[in-house]
Amino acid sequence: MKKRKKDLKPSELAALQAEENAAALEALRKRREKEHKKMLKSKGSNKQVGKSWKNDVGIFLLLAFMGLFMIFPIYLAVVNSIKPVQEVFLMPPKLYAIDPTLDNFSDLFKIANNSWVPFSRNVFNSLMVTVVATVFHVLFASTAAFVLSKCRFPGNALLNEIVVVALLFNSTVLYIMQYMVMATLGMINTYSALILPIIATSMGLYLMRQSMSTIPDAMIEAAKVDGAGLLHICWGIVMPNCKPALMTIIIFEFQTSWNQAGGGLVYDEALKTIPVVVQQIAAAGIARQGAIAASAVVLMIPPLLVFVLAQRNVMETMAHAGMKD
Amino acid sequence: MTENTAKKEILLPSERKMSRKERFDYTVHEMKRNYMCYIMLAPFMLLFLVFTIIPVVMSLPMGFTDFNMASLPKWIGFQNFYTMFLEDDVFIGSIRTTLIFAIFTGPLSYAMSFLLAWLINELHPTLKTLFTLVFYAPSMAGNIYFVWQLIFSGDQYGYLNAILMELGITSSAIQWLTDGNYVLACVIIVQLWVSMGAGFLAMRAGFQGIDKSMYEAGAIEGIKSRFQELFYITIPSMGPSLMFAAVMQIVSAFTVDIVGRMLAGFPSTDYKVHTIMTHAFDYGWVRYEMGYSSAICFVLFVVMLVCNKLVGKLLGKYVD
Repeated sequence: MKKRKKDLKPSELAALQAEENAAALEALRKRREKEHKKMLKSKGSNKQVGKSWKNDVGIFLLLAFMGLFMIFPIYLAVVNSIKPVQEVFLMPPKLYAIDPTLDNFSDLFKIANNSWVPFSRNVFNSLMVTVVATVFHVLFASTAAFVLSKCRFPGNALLNEIVVVALLFNSTVLYIMQYMVMATLGMINTYSALILPIIATSMGLYLMRQSMSTIPDAMIEAAKVDGAGLLHICWGIVMPNCKPALMTIIIFEFQTSWNQAGGGLVYDEALKTIPVVVQQIAAAGIARQGAIAASAVVLMIPPLLVFVLAQRNVMETMAHAGMKD
Repeated sequence: MTENTAKKEILLPSERKMSRKERFDYTVHEMKRNYMCYIMLAPFMLLFLVFTIIPVVMSLPMGFTDFNMASLPKWIGFQNFYTMFLEDDVFIGSIRTTLIFAIFTGPLSYAMSFLLAWLINELHPTLKTLFTLVFYAPSMAGNIYFVWQLIFSGDQYGYLNAILMELGITSSAIQWLTDGNYVLACVIIVQLWVSMGAGFLAMRAGFQGIDKSMYEAGAIEGIKSRFQELFYITIPSMGPSLMFAAVMQIVSAFTVDIVGRMLAGFPSTDYKVHTIMTHAFDYGWVRYEMGYSSAICFVLFVVMLVCNKLVGKLLGKYVD
């Protein structure tokens, strides 16, 4: 007969608890092992442990259904970019191209190349601006985020508050003021007008800060005791544990700087980025419908590549971390 | 008495009552001791100061001025705010529109982002990447509004009209984007479509960052189902990501503007999709009344600040 818990002696209670714990762990391990074996049987070994396939099918169907709605307009954009002119105005409109062609793309490059500077120059500008902005944003914002989330120093709370409030501020005059600041610094019509303001956005910093705050302080204290400097703790210990957030801010930053129109900031043709050139092409109106569709597709590709690379990277590291124990 | 003194002894210097001089010295001492922190902050904060903080601080007082970009701003106190709330009927109407949008792209889209991020997290790694991409793709595609214009186009060339007429549901083309009855719904759909943005991706990152051993510890403590795992382990350990997503969602929910302008034109029929941000755009970039425009933005900013504090309170126990 089982005694009630409160009647037990402390030593008996501890033994009982240990038994229960062991049983629970054993059950979990068995469940995991079973599922793990199933997965090993079905596909390669690089899997996350602990999920069953039956549930997955249900979730997959639900997500696929909703995903169709998300992807459909993008599919249409792609289809429209490979439709020849006569098919664009077909009645009723078709959901596919009867006679697919790459004319729109070659048209786009022809038009782009007919401007003052070769299109390759614009491509170079875009890549340069995007890569420099992304790299420096990630370096600077992550380092600052580490300090804001893990160090105690005078002014910490204030700076943390300012970062969030700056995210919320949005005003029509803000752009004018930014322009005035840049004009004062003599930055208008230089690369730095496209790069520096983008490095200084606080969204990435805030995300990194939030992510780092989940890392236990004990880990950092231990490193300090071992004599590690702050920079080493930040990049050697904390950052590898924040990989998902790191990859996410790379995606954000790449996308922001790649798509930025840079409107009035740069007027020299030789400094313009691809989105600005595309806007100029699109300004010609309906006659360039095909080229506009093509340019939307072309512009989408680099952020997409970065996204897939970054996400894959997260998956691999996380799958690995899951296998460790 | 003895208890009191004992307490005093273990107080940190920062918690002890100090005179102003003492406190100043202590702060300087702490600043010197933590000099490395400031060096590490400097690169970002310098750029942040120049390109974000200074422009924001310069923008804040503009709402209290009469500023048309041609002459210098003239201080007029609260005049802009009186006009806004007492005389500007279009502004009052835009509050209603903004709230409608805010409900859909705010709480609704936030909950949806979380649900989707969670469901995706339960899948096989390759499928994770695929579905994260699928749901984030609209935010990446950005301005392909021309596709939505094709879908909602008012003539028979529009995909929606063509499909509905083919199926015999309607006999004539519907003016989706110019008919006051439909335009709001259409723009809300497109707004929802682009709303799986930064917040959604941050939630995905949050899910991926959770320490797997937490679930084992949870099993020992008696957690049995996936739902218990969700509420007792997952949500508490990704609180900071949830807070980030909330801030992003607040910003996007209250600044809905460009989708409506792109789809329904400007101004839209009967001001049906005329939000506060559209109103600010109208006065700022169409009429060049920058003073009034920034007063409108100022009101929006205050509302967002309040919302941010509220959400912070709600998520309070999970954050930090």
